[in-house]
Amino acid sequence: MSEIALPKIDNSILSKKSEIVKKLSKLTNIGNVLSEADELRPYETDALSVYTQTPLAVVLPENTKEVSEILKYCHSENIKVVPRGAGTGLSGGALPLQDAILLGLGKFNKILEIDYENKCVVTQPGVTNLGITHAVQHKGFYYAPDPSSQLACSIGGNVAENSGGVHSLKYGTTTNNILGVQMVMMDGTICRFGGKSFDQEGYDLMGLICGSEGLLGVVTEVTVKILKTPQVVRAALIGFPSIKEGGDAASEIISSGIVPAGMEIMDKALIEATDNFSKAGYPRDAELLLIVELDGTESEVNELIKKVEAICKKNNCSSLKLSNSEKERLSFWAGRKAAFPACGAMAPDYYCMDGSIPRGKLAEALLEIKKLSEKYELPVANCFHAGDGNLHPLIMFDGNDKEQLRKTEEFGSEILKTCVRLGGVITGEHGVGIEKRELMCEMFNDNDIQQQLSIKKSLDEKNLLNPGKVYPILRKCAEEGRVHVHKNKDKFPDLPRF
Amino acid sequence: MSTKIKINSQIFQDSNNVYYPKDEVEVSDLIRELYKQDSPTEIIGNNSKSFIGNKTQSANTTSLSKISGIIDYRPEELYIKVKACTPINEIEQVLSENNQELAFEPIDFGYIKDGKSNKGTIAGYLSCNYAGSRRFKVGSVRDHVLGFKGVNGKGDIIKSGGTVVKNVTGYDLSKLIAGSFGTLVALTEITLKVLPKKDSSKTVIIYPNNFEQIYDLFNKLSSSSSEISGAVFIPEQSNDKEFSAKRNNVFKFNDLKSKVSFVAFRVEGGKISIEEKINNLKKELELNNSDISTLDVYQSEPFWKKINNLEVFEKTEHNLIRMVIPPANGSKLSKYLENNHNYFTDWCGSLFWIEVNSKKEEKIKDLKKMANDFGGYLTVIKTSSEYDYGEPIFTVDKVRLMISEKVKQSFDPKRILNPGKMYRGV
Repeated sequence: MSEIALPKIDNSILSKKSEIVKKLSKLTNIGNVLSEADELRPYETDALSVYTQTPLAVVLPENTKEVSEILKYCHSENIKVVPRGAGTGLSGGALPLQDAILLGLGKFNKILEIDYENKCVVTQPGVTNLGITHAVQHKGFYYAPDPSSQLACSIGGNVAENSGGVHSLKYGTTTNNILGVQMVMMDGTICRFGGKSFDQEGYDLMGLICGSEGLLGVVTEVTVKILKTPQVVRAALIGFPSIKEGGDAASEIISSGIVPAGMEIMDKALIEATDNFSKAGYPRDAELLLIVELDGTESEVNELIKKVEAICKKNNCSSLKLSNSEKERLSFWAGRKAAFPACGAMAPDYYCMDGSIPRGKLAEALLEIKKLSEKYELPVANCFHAGDGNLHPLIMFDGNDKEQLRKTEEFGSEILKTCVRLGGVITGEHGVGIEKRELMCEMFNDNDIQQQLSIKKSLDEKNLLNPGKVYPILRKCAEEGRVHVHKNKDKFPDLPRF
Repeated sequence: MSTKIKINSQIFQDSNNVYYPKDEVEVSDLIRELYKQDSPTEIIGNNSKSFIGNKTQSANTTSLSKISGIIDYRPEELYIKVKACTPINEIEQVLSENNQELAFEPIDFGYIKDGKSNKGTIAGYLSCNYAGSRRFKVGSVRDHVLGFKGVNGKGDIIKSGGTVVKNVTGYDLSKLIAGSFGTLVALTEITLKVLPKKDSSKTVIIYPNNFEQIYDLFNKLSSSSSEISGAVFIPEQSNDKEFSAKRNNVFKFNDLKSKVSFVAFRVEGGKISIEEKINNLKKELELNNSDISTLDVYQSEPFWKKINNLEVFEKTEHNLIRMVIPPANGSKLSKYLENNHNYFTDWCGSLFWIEVNSKKEEKIKDLKKMANDFGGYLTVIKTSSEYDYGEPIFTVDKVRLMISEKVKQSFDPKRILNPGKMYRGV
């Protein structure tokens, strides 16, 4: 387990544990409150499993009214609350706190309404991302954002993280694909933003909530847009002899006016790892592999495939294969989708990074990562959503070796700083959570962060909802010289710091 | 009411005492001073859309119109970064040279205001968040903003977002700024996602017999995998001779029958795929024995411009309403509007532009109730000269107003920026 600074523990809350558990048991079914050590263990971490914490108690409410009453009670008693969806988040956004209630939305697992006429689905937040598509696919519809964890991750968690996926260049991320949310604020107020119609008037509060990592409210219902499944989907699997040529081809595809449904890049290390793991038939001699997926009507896709083929040939591709059946298309993706387990098979642990960079900077970024890999003596494999600039370096290490873990975290942090230096950002889709909290100062200055904290304060004055996530501990930022604190005078002395 | 103040600075002021800061530092200095003196200001760009919204409760006026120009345009990265008050025309021109565009199809509000084109600035447009006909396919203005810089109500320069499409770093303030009518920040810089222009377009016109058929067509169109990028219903309002003549004059095309109601849908893309999609749709919509006509690209493009210029309501002296509802309720709304108000429907049955005669202002209340009952909302975009603001021009419920007040407080605690432009207290 790695050390991380967390908000100061409120011992008065710890000492009231039995009273709190008793009260919670009155606010929901008694079986929905967990407080024994063995019951709490499964909730100690999310998918960023290097960090663990035991929550004070876990409560699993069954409806919005219960959520509201629980939050109202916690608000009045100054009890911190950490919301949790399916626990698949990679940035530690659902990491419990010892003096906080963990509010699990797992019982909110029903689709409430499928409305084909308005092209939307009203669902509870605990339904999985893929569960929505499964509910509508028999009528030829689907829900577009497809994070790689879509089998397990919940739509509520997707809203909290503004999750993307490989198709986000063409179809957008969660924020572009939801129409409305019902949310409960920390003081128990139930509110509704949006509905089944487009673009609610006034402040786009739904847009603010989406991607707020559970800091502003607990989402209890989501209305998502559904799209008609495209008639034809084809993919091209293209090998390149160098990173530069492959990167240039990807840039040229975009600048030629093509908007691929998905465009993925894998480097040599990952080609080998995935091909060993899943026998995907990837060109092992290639330095870089490009998968381009195009969708639309038949003639549209054929027209685009020809253009992609011409661009790749012009950029000296060493191999090019087009999918001629759905089975073949899925086989092209098989390796890419196994990228994480493939790395898992090569080392005891891997650490998945998530920066975004301008597409044209790929070669530069990969070169820099290679240098860092040599510096830290840790192997790394890279996959890249080339359509939208989202880079996922996978650092392989042994978590039992404390020194390696420390080096891995430092390596990861340097990669993200490189992304920022190249004009990108520290997180494309995994969220800031606790993992990248201290890197916020790489992107934002004091004013920017204070503005965001001030929004947090306006909606959760006591800072009880998911504290310690997303925003840096100011002192550390200041110590590192990235935030200007004039004469040690904080502009918001009343804002809680930890 | 606050009093007009004279601030001690170099910021240019014209003879009407309008401030013209030339860069973000001057905007920051100005707002910081106004904050100190508790003196609110109206924020304007090129004044093309300042008629939308309530009159601000402020004595000063700040024009950001000098903060203009393209900062960084990367066609291959699909983004353009501009100073906030860069005219939309200028942006569209430079994008067009690279065969790209703002996919949300900006509405030209100049026509309803004074009968001629005036698209105004990108900051003004973002502050309203009113996308054109392509919205139901590509998203609204807010879906195309990657980042911004601006000055909050305390004078602090703040930023959010960046230039990449995938970015979940911190709260997504770009969304919050879209549609905030300048009440949260004075914008100084905006980064937009841009997309390739479609090679060509065609528009199919259908002359339906009744409302059920119209909304059935809309439903089938939005359920098809042969994607369309625009669908409108233009009713013939024969009981209003003046409007009917105007409407027939606006939609005068070789291949469009006049004096009858019609549904028009647009297909964009490569020429071969347009034909393929139209053929697919004709089958899906069972149109093969129906009375239809097709506008080629030379008619299709001006047709959608006229829609997005709101030309049928050119220089309207009545109240112009923008109502958005879930499309399944479109047929009910159309039935109510028929013979009551002049209107047309966009966004495949979701968006209604409705003209309410100045003598029938009390009807706005009924429409607002209807919008709420249908699960939508309405905004009075343009008010007649007699409008008494008895019925608020925006729609907001109690809880959202309470949260909006809190959000406003977090950006602009002394309500310096455009106070009252949207709601009282915000």
